[in-house]
Amino acid sequence: MAAEGTAEGGSGFSIHPMDQFIVKPLWGDGPVGTFTVTNVTLWMGVALLCVFALFVLATRHRGIIPTRLQSVAEVFYGFIHNMVEEVAGHDGVKYFPYVMTLFLFILLSNLLGLLPMSFTTTSHVAVTASLALLVFFGVTLIGIARKGLGFFSMFWVSSAPLALRPVLAVIEIISYIMRPVSHSIRLAGNLLAGHAVLKVFAGFASMAIISPLAIAGAVGIYALEVLVAFVQAYVFTILTCVYLKDAVGDAHH
Amino acid sequence: MATETHGVNWHAECLYDAGGAKGMPQLCTDWMPNQIFWLAVALVVLFVILSRIALPRIGAVLAERKGTITNDLAAAEELKLKALEAEKAYNEALATARTEAGKIIAAAKAEIQKDLDAATAKADVEITARAAESEAKIAEIRAGAEEAVQAVAKDTAKELVAALGGSADARSVTAAIAARLKG
Repeated sequence: MAAEGTAEGGSGFSIHPMDQFIVKPLWGDGPVGTFTVTNVTLWMGVALLCVFALFVLATRHRGIIPTRLQSVAEVFYGFIHNMVEEVAGHDGVKYFPYVMTLFLFILLSNLLGLLPMSFTTTSHVAVTASLALLVFFGVTLIGIARKGLGFFSMFWVSSAPLALRPVLAVIEIISYIMRPVSHSIRLAGNLLAGHAVLKVFAGFASMAIISPLAIAGAVGIYALEVLVAFVQAYVFTILTCVYLKDAVGDAHH
Repeated sequence: MATETHGVNWHAECLYDAGGAKGMPQLCTDWMPNQIFWLAVALVVLFVILSRIALPRIGAVLAERKGTITNDLAAAEELKLKALEAEKAYNEALATARTEAGKIIAAAKAEIQKDLDAATAKADVEITARAAESEAKIAEIRAGAEEAVQAVAKDTAKELVAALGGSADARSVTAAIAARLKG
């Protein structure tokens, strides 16, 4: 699908691994305005429907003995709940719904992006940076709300020698500010690279000589991407919990 | 793709006229407001679904299950204790029943022995009585037989005497027979 309609080189063989990331309106042709219904809308909507099906429809019986899908929902619930409790601490548990929202959105977007012809919303820096900034500002505001200016004492490493503290404070502040960058680029970069590589392998499959190798490679990359989809959702979520700990936890350095 | 057939390229910075991506679509700023807007919508909807419906429901189910399991375990513990108690009571009852049974058996044995003794004594008395009776009868029969023998012998002797041509008076014959029988 990448190769079709974009053969500006004129040759029959061309791979366009980035075309899968193009944002386009669902209906007709036109500018992509802020409120235009695009493939972004579609795939975020599909992710929402999946979460709705798994977490609302599958749990509607409220069974003491769960059905299969209900137990899947319960596993996710327990997994993230434990993560928040263990990493962010007991005080972090009240932010569990926010963390769960982030986790499920990222996980479902990652997994749905692996469907052929689909669009991976989390491969866009605009999306992941928004998520990361949400976490960054959320954590900072929660920290200031809970601890006041004392929140900023975490940049002043009291266990270090006094002479080193200003230097460390600068480093700490820079690393704190860089958090959303690494947080978002990690997720988007992983998905972007994986999907692009997948598309390159798929493109090479049209060459008869190497197509067996290319298809085998694509299958392997696909399997790896499924793993990456889970791992990156997990990493994003656990980092959110780690940052949340700075805001709600007691002990620092 | 639709873009190639129409003349207007709405995103000349990001797309070639033919529709292919120029560089990384991720860096196309034209599309970012759209993505951020729909992300915000999606996150708000997802958060509302999760925090209002899904998570309280699952939390309640898990808590209820935990409660049920705890209750069931407690009930099981209680039932186990009850079972132990019941077993103890059963064993006690069994032991009591055994002793009782032993007593009853002993009493029954004693009673039977008594009855047996009584029956034996009665039988003995009866046997003695019967034996006496029988002896009396035997004696009677014997006496009868002696008498009969005497009478027969007398008659026979008389007949013999008569047949031999002698005549004997009854008295002397009787006396002779009596003397003989005694001898």
